[in-house]
Amino acid sequence: MNVTRRVALVGNPNAGKSALFNALTGARQKIANYPGVTVERKAGKLALPGAGTVELIDLPGSYSFDTTSPDEEVTRKVVMGEFEGEARPDVMVVVLDAANLEQHLVFAQEVIELGLPVVAALNMVDLAERDGLKLDPAALSSALGVPVVSTVAVRRKGLDDLIAAIADAEHSAETMKDAEPRPHITLPERRLTARNIAKAAILSESTERRMHTGLDKFLLHPWIGPPILFALLFVIFQAVFAWADPFIGLIEGAGEAANDWVVAAMPEGFVRDLITEGLLAGVGSVIVFLPQIIILFAFILLMESTGYMARAAFVMDRLMASVGLSGRSFIPLLSSFACAIPGIMATRSIADPKDRLTTILIAPLMTCSARLPVYAVIIAAVIPATTVGPGIGLQGLVLFALYVAGIVGAMIVALVLRRTVTAGAASGFIMELPRYQLPRLKDLLIGLWQRAWVFLRRAGTIIFAATVVLWLLLTFPKAGEGESQLDASYAGQISAAVHPAFEPIGFNQEMTLALVPAMAAREVAVASLATTYAVDSDDEAETEEALRGQIAARWSLPTALAFLAWFVFAPQCISTIAVARRETNGWKWPVVMLTYLFALAYIFAGATYWLSVWLGL
Amino acid sequence: MTLDSIGRGKRAEIISIDWDALAPDEGKRLRALGIDEGARIAIAHKGVLGSSDPIAVMVGRMTIAIRKVHAAAMQVEAI
Repeated sequence: MNVTRRVALVGNPNAGKSALFNALTGARQKIANYPGVTVERKAGKLALPGAGTVELIDLPGSYSFDTTSPDEEVTRKVVMGEFEGEARPDVMVVVLDAANLEQHLVFAQEVIELGLPVVAALNMVDLAERDGLKLDPAALSSALGVPVVSTVAVRRKGLDDLIAAIADAEHSAETMKDAEPRPHITLPERRLTARNIAKAAILSESTERRMHTGLDKFLLHPWIGPPILFALLFVIFQAVFAWADPFIGLIEGAGEAANDWVVAAMPEGFVRDLITEGLLAGVGSVIVFLPQIIILFAFILLMESTGYMARAAFVMDRLMASVGLSGRSFIPLLSSFACAIPGIMATRSIADPKDRLTTILIAPLMTCSARLPVYAVIIAAVIPATTVGPGIGLQGLVLFALYVAGIVGAMIVALVLRRTVTAGAASGFIMELPRYQLPRLKDLLIGLWQRAWVFLRRAGTIIFAATVVLWLLLTFPKAGEGESQLDASYAGQISAAVHPAFEPIGFNQEMTLALVPAMAAREVAVASLATTYAVDSDDEAETEEALRGQIAARWSLPTALAFLAWFVFAPQCISTIAVARRETNGWKWPVVMLTYLFALAYIFAGATYWLSVWLGL
Repeated sequence: MTLDSIGRGKRAEIISIDWDALAPDEGKRLRALGIDEGARIAIAHKGVLGSSDPIAVMVGRMTIAIRKVHAAAMQVEAI
């Protein structure tokens, strides 16, 4: 028989399922989306001694087959064999948190009732022992009627026994003709059974448990908790901008080296220009953000794996509730400060569809790292480097104000959305606060690698295509004698056509032109302005310096401020729109997003322009 | 007496829950987490910056965050 046998990991969230999956499959995992839904399908290969290789699938954590979130629905359908294009698993491994058996055995009974071969992994027995809990796997096994293996996924303890048990179960699956479901019982009955089984499996229990209640005393304290969270966020943002610099420099250096190499190796012409100006410049403009994204994600993964993220959601819930969201939206919005793409993908954990949609729609208002180059150049050009107070520079203050404008804008938009297009069912907040745990470096690295790869693959392909198209639009048709290439090109013609719409909000023709290629990525606006002002230089710092001078000389202060206000809101990022389309399964919501963001950008840029003209700036 | 009127650190048993006051999915989620009639619970944390929302409830060995609206739908008895 040549059909791949499938083994699925199931269990409550926080059972240590992912750590067990990482320990069993190593870094060789395949991540894809289940077709039609935006839940990640994680699969890897597992070699069974003497029984070949099986595919191990890590199913989303579930509390029950009576589902309440898109994640849980995927698990139910796959396990029931109702998921189209996904064969029903042959063996199920139900992962149990040893320190919380009473709860985890409820779902385990549901899994066992299905009648498929089941192996139970009694996971995190070390943490249970730390909590003063000694368990008897044999008693548990006879009560449940399935083999039980004690494991400590993060220390690779019990893995061989687990693999052997899976191999046995897999063997029995071959001889078993039809899965025969056991009689169904109700939830209260299951809960009672779970309590009795858990009680019978406990050998000894001491009272010296819950070290985490000590930590929570501070981290969830009504007055101390929020300052701790804000201090942590401050450190994260400092790190994102300060630590990333050397790596960004390295990537830029590598890009330049690749550029020089291509220039030296290839004859001048269309193909070379396409590679250097289209491919290297375009893809490079995305890869440059990778260090910042990795640093931000390292913090986010640490917050998640230690159990602090759920506490951060708890602390932020009250604030988010005031605009109709819940603490769950905090995590995706935090990610969006690096890049809205992973932020939007992180909304998958939000159970309520309307809550999730609102979060997706406001994610682009968080000031992502692509806006920074634009802000930096223009602020340096038009805002004087004076101080407005002890240690407070005016330029930094303007930058801070732009961040705040995005956050405040997002809050107001969320409030309006929750009363209009996403109105209905007040979003609640029900979330398990997992126990604190020490993070494992290996799990952290696997997580970072996966997120980096997803980001590079998705954004890279879209950005690549977009920049090539824009490069073609800027390159053709060729300008005649004494004619500027930019004016003659299709991009120039497009910008000339749309310019009348931007005149009332104070934009000049070069700015309108910069907006066209900046649709691919915001920071392209800087490169475009530089090209427009015919600043010809290979050295980037020099370009920036020269561009600054040009802007300072040619732009009035109201015009520059209007441009900054535009970038707070404008959805100038094709990748974000593409990801929003994917995550909302259609064009309706991306179009809503584009429309409202452009409308806001236009209104605020115009208001900024006319207000500053009126103020005589 | 409803759960939202119980102070931090206090223990109680849930006597009844007004399921109609909760969104159907939220009721399901609460039950799946073991917050159900007959459950013995304790209030671990309550509120942030002077508000009384959200509430962290201990059920068995789990800590679960809920909102005040959920707690207000639960009749409890101090134990």
